[in-house]
Amino acid sequence: MLAENASIFYGAFRAVADVTLPVHERQITAIIGPSGCGKSTLLRAFNRMNDLVQSARVEGKILLDGDNIYAPDVDAVAVRRRVGMVFQRPNPFPKPIYDNVAYGVRLGNPRIPKPELDAIVEQSLRGAALWDEVKDKLKESGTALSGGQQQRLCIARAIAVQPDVLLMDEPCSALDPIATIKIEELMQTLKERYTIMIVTHNMQQAARASDYTVMMMMRPDRAGEMIEFDQTEQIFTNPRDKRTEDYVSGRFG
Amino acid sequence: MQSNIISRKRNAKIGQAIMFASTAFALIALVALLLNVLNRSFGNVIVRREIEPSVLSPTPLEQLSRDELNALVKRIADSDDYDGLTRGAYRRLDSEKPFAERSQAEILTVINERLIKEEVVASFTLWQTLFEPASVNAELAKLNNARKAGMPEARVEFRSWVNARFFTQTMGSVAELSGIRTAILGSLAVIAMTMAIALPIGVGAAIYLEEYAKKNRLNDLIQTNITNLAGVPSIIYGMLGLFVFVRALESFTSGAVFGIAGNNGRTILSAGLTMALLVLPIIIINAQEAIRAVPNSLRQASYGLGATQWETIRDHVMPAALPGILTGTILAMSRAMGETAPMVVVGASTFIVSDPTGPFSKFTTLPIQIYNWTAQPDEQFRNIAAAAILVLLIILLSLNMIAILLRNKMRNTN
Repeated sequence: MLAENASIFYGAFRAVADVTLPVHERQITAIIGPSGCGKSTLLRAFNRMNDLVQSARVEGKILLDGDNIYAPDVDAVAVRRRVGMVFQRPNPFPKPIYDNVAYGVRLGNPRIPKPELDAIVEQSLRGAALWDEVKDKLKESGTALSGGQQQRLCIARAIAVQPDVLLMDEPCSALDPIATIKIEELMQTLKERYTIMIVTHNMQQAARASDYTVMMMMRPDRAGEMIEFDQTEQIFTNPRDKRTEDYVSGRFG
Repeated sequence: MQSNIISRKRNAKIGQAIMFASTAFALIALVALLLNVLNRSFGNVIVRREIEPSVLSPTPLEQLSRDELNALVKRIADSDDYDGLTRGAYRRLDSEKPFAERSQAEILTVINERLIKEEVVASFTLWQTLFEPASVNAELAKLNNARKAGMPEARVEFRSWVNARFFTQTMGSVAELSGIRTAILGSLAVIAMTMAIALPIGVGAAIYLEEYAKKNRLNDLIQTNITNLAGVPSIIYGMLGLFVFVRALESFTSGAVFGIAGNNGRTILSAGLTMALLVLPIIIINAQEAIRAVPNSLRQASYGLGATQWETIRDHVMPAALPGILTGTILAMSRAMGETAPMVVVGASTFIVSDPTGPFSKFTTLPIQIYNWTAQPDEQFRNIAAAAILVLLIILLSLNMIAILLRNKMRNTN
């Protein structure tokens, strides 16, 4: 994916200004920056989740395989089938674990044969490193799982529809350190098949888990801008921008 | 420092006492209401008969078979001993409906009406029954002294005005023989009609307003007005129903359009439509609140998987909001159940003995029935009015209880 001069507005307010960002395929790109700088807004622009906010508007282009996902003839629903999303708080459906994973698949293919669907559910749960923990209780509600398991269920649900890109909006902020490590390990396996973008407040997480890092900052007019984009190692060891250095070393704010 | 804490604590105590008093006041009001209804629904009555059944037959009449009763009636008529059932009267009754074809209950009714003529001549409240038996006995003595020679003595009986017969009888000119069958069936029919109309429209409007409508002035105006409509006095809905459904759309609401002749517009359909308008704002507002209470994260999860808006509403929002919507619906139902004013205006029948047969039949409802009975001069009508109030209250309280149980169940599952 590629953002070209993308600006995101909420009504008259410009929340994100002029971001040009190449997202490398099958790599993990982390977005870091202080609160309110537009990280989540930028992330949500990549699968048109901002469309759900009535006043939101995107200028510039965001390309998926060379096609602008904001072109007039593109359907946001189609975009979201290809760009999945995992949210800050685990939000499984109050339905059985099986149905949680099968939901997206059934939408695309309502008459999918049961064995085929079973296979996809198992494969997705294995992909999210959750299969062994839930294989005996697929009929139990997804909301009965622990927080970390719920988040992995949400990942399984997202990858079940076989997207190209996975967006993760602070996926570990509601989890304990052990569940966090599990998700991070999972991300490393997932990146073999998916392009991943993750918003995080946790510097160590960005440093540990990502290949590329975007540093964002709020401008005086409160619009968020991208001040640096580079390989993660570079950002954390040898940033070009003073503000990045201050931020990643914890001297900021 | 120290004195400050003491005065603050004292203020807190005073506040607590005031709130306790408010709660107690509300409770007392509720208990008083119930006691008042119970007081009139049960109590002693003085029953007078013109002929004791034992004079007619040594075995109790209820134990006689149909044929034995028939023989008894024939024998009495042939003897010409009783003014109530002379030979001529027997022939007239037989030509109306041959005795051979009458059921046991029907023949018993004839015997009761013509011969025994059991009637309640005085009724007492539960309070008088329990705590002032002297007044009951005084009345009894007075009646017995004044009775005509040869008549059996009046007796005191305890009576629950809510009894099996009360539910199965239609209304009549004698209080103790009247029941709420027509009224209950009418109420049920009107409620069913109301819900069939108001539920789909109300829920549909709520979904539109919450999920689809954009935030703009027009929609704000609509929202405000729906909230206002919930506060419009019900009599005004009654007037609207009278002009629109009963009068203007009479050919539709009377069923004339469908080839059903002989009705006017004062039908169950008109009442249901009027009541639907009345409860619509309640259903919409409650459904909106239920839909609003569905966490946004659920919608986002669905959209994030590439579900359309309709799929999201159908698969996630509606199931999650359903208990709340049902709660609101039940509350709306109990409101409709108790409404009286619009039914008076729309034209519920004041006297009707036939069960409702369809959307185009005449009807009456429980509150109307109660209202009519309280306006009757005969004291016993006040007893059956109280009994009907008791039935209505029980229905309403059970509906509210179901609503509360549903709400609790919803809280537990989320």
